[in-house]
Amino acid sequence: MSGQALGAQPRALLGSAAEYPGAALAGLVLGVIAIAALLAPLIAPQDPFDLTSFDVLDASLPPAWLVGSDDRFLLGTDAQGRDLLSAILYGTRISLTVGLLAVLIQAAIGVPLGLIAGYVGGRVDTVVSRVADIQLSLSTLMMAIIALALFRAVLGGESLSRYAVPLLVIVIGVAEWPYFARTARGAAQVEAAKDHVRAASALGASNLAIMGRHILPNTHSPLIVIATTQVAGAIMAEAALSFLGLGMPVTKPSLGTLIRSGYDLMFAGAWWVTVIPGLVLIALLISVNVLGDALRDALDPRRTAH
Amino acid sequence: MKALVAGFAFFARRLMQAALVMLAILIIAFAVRAALGDPLREIMGEAVPAAERDKLMHELGLDAPWPVQFVRYLGDAVQGDLGTSFIYKRPTLDVVLAKFPASFELVLGASLAVLVLSVPAGIYCAVRPRALGAKLILGLSVLGISIPVFLTGIFLITVFSVWLGWLPAFGRGETIRLGFWESGLLTKDGLEHLILPALTLSSIMLPLFIRLVRGAMLDELGHDYVRTARAKGASPPRVWLNHALRNALVPLAAVGGLQIGTLVAYTLLTETVFQWPGMGFLFLEAVSRADIPLITTYLVFVGLIFVVTNTLVDIVSLMLDPRISLEGAR
Repeated sequence: MSGQALGAQPRALLGSAAEYPGAALAGLVLGVIAIAALLAPLIAPQDPFDLTSFDVLDASLPPAWLVGSDDRFLLGTDAQGRDLLSAILYGTRISLTVGLLAVLIQAAIGVPLGLIAGYVGGRVDTVVSRVADIQLSLSTLMMAIIALALFRAVLGGESLSRYAVPLLVIVIGVAEWPYFARTARGAAQVEAAKDHVRAASALGASNLAIMGRHILPNTHSPLIVIATTQVAGAIMAEAALSFLGLGMPVTKPSLGTLIRSGYDLMFAGAWWVTVIPGLVLIALLISVNVLGDALRDALDPRRTAH
Repeated sequence: MKALVAGFAFFARRLMQAALVMLAILIIAFAVRAALGDPLREIMGEAVPAAERDKLMHELGLDAPWPVQFVRYLGDAVQGDLGTSFIYKRPTLDVVLAKFPASFELVLGASLAVLVLSVPAGIYCAVRPRALGAKLILGLSVLGISIPVFLTGIFLITVFSVWLGWLPAFGRGETIRLGFWESGLLTKDGLEHLILPALTLSSIMLPLFIRLVRGAMLDELGHDYVRTARAKGASPPRVWLNHALRNALVPLAAVGGLQIGTLVAYTLLTETVFQWPGMGFLFLEAVSRADIPLITTYLVFVGLIFVVTNTLVDIVSLMLDPRISLEGAR
């Protein structure tokens, strides 16, 4: 038994050392994708949202390394003749924008509610925790799907297309706030019992001041970890909603929309419209998740021991 | 006695909460119908003269104040009348119920796949934590979390249907009618059609469950009773399965039950990829053709599934282990 425990020590160290190159690679991949997405208007050969800039005569051309390709289109074209490389660059931009903004909304709702629930406690805590539990038990993806389906029914497909980005941000943002609330609540409860908070309270600081100045700054590490996981979740949710035809329209495709529009033709031969955006999406999600795992290990000393 | 009272109070509170959530869902469904649905269109179709319309509105009580209408909607809902579909010209509940078996069998298949794959994998990772296989399984499960379910489905179709030609990719195959239940589980063709969609749907739960089984097993294996069993000379498989696994399954059952709701949500994506004719497929059709009564009926029906499974899970886990839930319920 003790021999095993002794043996575990160097192995665990080796394990975490081996993990950091993975995190570095993930950071590199994420960095390249993010910069490419950010610079999309400068580096993309074409504006994929401008319907006049592409020609249906160029439709379904394969990527440059295959027979029958066209030099103008490095990754080929989709069924409308849109340059796939440009569409992916712009689509990644949309996926990242929606993901980051949605997580900001989640945090803006969840963190204050969680802090109040954790610090004030009592009935407020009961109400916030119950609402959060119920919302989580109803499946956040389901809520997002139903909300967008209703928006679509109210506004009609066309307006939905125009306001797709803000709607997706709001729907994904509102659906998943309980994750932040739960994390903030747990951290606030731990902090509230500490001496510096009780001292501040004894000195007459208001609840608001205590939560803002004494508790919030000490809860940032679990919140950063949950934010990373949530960014991956939000990107995945956007892709799923767009794949179902409830998110970004075909005229302004995100990665999910591209995968969907390519899927209809995938087994007719034009696999690249689905597969290449799919690989970019997976690379994006894996790198965010690996970074999240590494952050969790780095910020929480207890977890490195296992 | 005290425990009995506490248990009863918990039971009552849980049912109360379920009823409240269901009421909230019905209010939303009612509000959506009141704001968007046009009940006359359900009955008579598009073009009706204005005068006739007003007369009918009055006769049907559609000009009544909304609380009155809501109570009437509730009354109808309790009796199973949730409106008439625009697309199918039939009661919406019948339309949804006709598609229910397809989705149910998909979720059932996926749950079985999760159980059959995650329990052995989780036990293996717990009892041989340093084996290469265990690291591989855990590594793959991190990868699994990062792959959207529709891409998993597309990948499986490409490999097993297009490249290898082993399994069919689309639809339910041959089905057999048993009363109102149209089952694909009784024919070879139906079962073959179920494999890929069920595996795809199970992929969203596998990483979570492998980790859960592994964690619960590691927890149990550290307890004294496991050491006692080993000291008595019980064989390792017997210790793992009869002693540790049995105790590890209690918390797992609770988590598993709660995930049924999530599985239902992901049937939408799976059914879209595999053109599986279930409720999710029906719902997306209703959305694209703005069939408001059908949309709200789906909402109420899925809400009911969520509420019933969550309530059952809480009650069952209380019966399995009175300590957990009562402490958590305070």
